[in-house]
Amino acid sequence: MTPASLLPKNLISKSFKVTGRQVLPGFALSLGISLLFISLVLLLPLSGLLVQTAGMSWADYWAVVTDSRVMASYQVTLLMALGASLLNGLVGLLLAWVLVRYTFPGKRLIDALVDLPFALPTAVAGITLATLFSAQGWYGQGLAKLGIQVAYTPLGILIAMLFTSLPFVVRNVQPVMEDLNSGDEEAALSLGAKDWTVLRRVIFPALWPALVMGVVLSFIRSLGEFGAVIFIAGNMPYLSEVTSLMIFVRLQEFDYAAASAIASVILMASLVLLFAVNIWQTRYLKRLKGSQ
Amino acid sequence: MSNHKTSLSKVSHQQRIGDQPWLRRLLIGLAFLLVGSLLVVPLIAIFAQALSAGLNIFWVNLSDKYTLHAIGLTLLVAALTVPLNLVFGVFLAWLVTRFEFPGRRILMTLIDIPFAVSPVVAGLMYLLLYGSNGWVGSWLMDHDLQLMFAWPGIVMVTVFITCPFVARELIPLMQQQGSSEEEAALSLGASGWQMFRRVTLPNIKWALLYGVVLTNARAVGEFGAVSVVSGNIRGETNTLPLHVELLYQDYNLVGAFTSATLLAALALLTLVVKTFLEWRQQQSAS
Repeated sequence: MTPASLLPKNLISKSFKVTGRQVLPGFALSLGISLLFISLVLLLPLSGLLVQTAGMSWADYWAVVTDSRVMASYQVTLLMALGASLLNGLVGLLLAWVLVRYTFPGKRLIDALVDLPFALPTAVAGITLATLFSAQGWYGQGLAKLGIQVAYTPLGILIAMLFTSLPFVVRNVQPVMEDLNSGDEEAALSLGAKDWTVLRRVIFPALWPALVMGVVLSFIRSLGEFGAVIFIAGNMPYLSEVTSLMIFVRLQEFDYAAASAIASVILMASLVLLFAVNIWQTRYLKRLKGSQ
Repeated sequence: MSNHKTSLSKVSHQQRIGDQPWLRRLLIGLAFLLVGSLLVVPLIAIFAQALSAGLNIFWVNLSDKYTLHAIGLTLLVAALTVPLNLVFGVFLAWLVTRFEFPGRRILMTLIDIPFAVSPVVAGLMYLLLYGSNGWVGSWLMDHDLQLMFAWPGIVMVTVFITCPFVARELIPLMQQQGSSEEEAALSLGASGWQMFRRVTLPNIKWALLYGVVLTNARAVGEFGAVSVVSGNIRGETNTLPLHVELLYQDYNLVGAFTSATLLAALALLTLVVKTFLEWRQQQSAS
């Protein structure tokens, strides 16, 4: 979410040692409150979803989650989320590079604005993008002349996902880029390495974990995005319905079982991705440290 | 030609890659183009749309009774959510940064779940548990308590969605600071509460405030989770983001964007406060 919170956690915790665990007060109290809160707010509702899903027979579950309309929604959600997060990788890398390595007027403003998608409610982003890209909108008019329609097509979904997850890559890469050891870069250059070689051999390996983390986080966010997407997507069955909307549709049909089954699919996908990227990052950083 | 030469000689002396003037200009230009088209223009569009029918209509829309009710409900949700998550965040951060115990890492992973869960799924989870068909919900029904499709449900899902923010701001900072100052205070005879108030709190106040600002922004703007449990009853369970949706679906574009300006203004304020707090944090760190 923010530079500090997405710093490689392990690096920080390794660099200092918890001392005096006998001395400091409040262990029982803070453990009690934290566990109570996490159980009530996070785990209990999560178990509700599991119970509901477990109550379905395997055949029913399978039929619901592989329904052709739902399958179409997986496809469009996955493809657009993939496109948006990869684009975000490029945009985020560029913005982080410019913000860290150059000084220029307006830099602070850009730095502050990067967080706008996190601060702006998704529904507001949704209606704004839908209006901008509609046939009469500021962007839509121009694009229509080129024969491109964005609003009410999967392309609109991509734009909405791109917007809402924009800060992830920038805010992950930025702190790592700031901490880059400029000595390595200078040494490589003075030894006659080409710019491209330095980028590939010195800078990129150091940025890689943060970049992957940022792209995966923006992918996870895009998989679940709802508010920004539904306004611009057009929500046509089989064409531009995202999976989180399918859950909503099933709910409005009062088919709670089907809604939960579909929800369990995206929930599992997001959690597996989140844990996998955390483990991968830890391993990569260990290897990076070990090789130095 | 001579110009060309000097710039060439500069390049060969450069200490860092990407410092060539042409490349620098190109990349900065691209950054401005991207931020302008993706962030600034949409922001301007919100206000332009809201004011497109004139200032009078803007005020009429703003003082509409349903809009006012939505503002009130949204403020209530934020007022209940923020303190709850503030207290939880401080306790959790204290726990995981000041003590080593088995399960510590699991706890830190669990707290990230709301970031990974789709808001719609979050809303659904609460609906399943506390709705009239759920096992807690049916018990509540017997006691005439309705949480879902009413404001308590909105508060509950908002607490879920925003619970990581404060803790996520505090944990890295408190790890960095270590506990030596707190231990010193204790050895000088301070009580636990005195230590917290005089040593811990001053050290974390900017990060804490930042966490609160983020929690507040998300609590006010949450849409997906809230729309699942709200029931969208105008004048009853409509928060401001839901009100924006409702007006938009009614083809009342100007009205929708009028309510949206309030949320956009809050978002801008959040960014300003955030920038200020980051600056203060740097100041107090150096």
